[in-house]
Amino acid sequence: MEERKILEGTFAILDRHLMVKMPRELDHHNAGRIRERADYFLLMDNVDHIVFDFEDTLFMDSSGIGVIMGRYKKVCCFGGKVYAIHTNERIKKIIKMSGLQNIVEIIS
Amino acid sequence: MSNGKLRETNEMEIIFDAVSENEGFARVAVAAFMTGLNPTLEEVSDVKTAVSEAVTNAIIHGYGFGIKENEEIGKVRLHCSIEKNVIRISVEDKGVGIEDVHKAMEPLFTTKPELERSGMGFAFMEAFMDTVQVYSVVGEGTRVVLEKMLGKDCE
Repeated sequence: MEERKILEGTFAILDRHLMVKMPRELDHHNAGRIRERADYFLLMDNVDHIVFDFEDTLFMDSSGIGVIMGRYKKVCCFGGKVYAIHTNERIKKIIKMSGLQNIVEIIS
Repeated sequence: MSNGKLRETNEMEIIFDAVSENEGFARVAVAAFMTGLNPTLEEVSDVKTAVSEAVTNAIIHGYGFGIKENEEIGKVRLHCSIEKNVIRISVEDKGVGIEDVHKAMEPLFTTKPELERSGMGFAFMEAFMDTVQVYSVVGEGTRVVLEKMLGKDCE
């Protein structure tokens, strides 16, 4: 069976992981849309973990931290994990400054 | 200038609607304004992040958008000036004001957890800028003044 299932544009479910492609500019304006759609997909019963993919992200402020923290709260109570991939130095720095390195595993 | 000396000061001001679409516009405008100072990419990122935090605060806390609908749209006034190698940015709203500025600046403190605000806005401004000053009067508005000296790393 084909495990890979592309859902819509920036979201995909891959082996019980929800893959979220983060936008170019992750600010308060864009955070709302990501949050709503991520939460919709997190309700599906074949999703345990969440992977934020920062490949395209050139800018992130504390709104991005809010998005990560909020999704962590949703998956952690069921043993889910949060990962950040393709993070550049800037995004790594912001994640660490916010003390999120304990709840997000950064994979480079 | 006619005497051949470089001007050492420059100034700009933008007034825009307090809507979230303008957050990106505001930080890009400041980034463009500061290019004359030959900033490093990191300095530009620092300033953009700090401006984004201040403008977002003005929009969602000052004017409380994101919660209430059909309310008259407030204005955010963004003023930037350069003096030698220091950029000074003022972000001003005529919103609700902050009752306890000290408390508002504490990391992780937020009055809007329902919007998933991380409470890191002021902490980011302080981390990325040299100074952050907040002037606020309840019922009248808030002004955040950010300053950063550029070119510190290459001296």
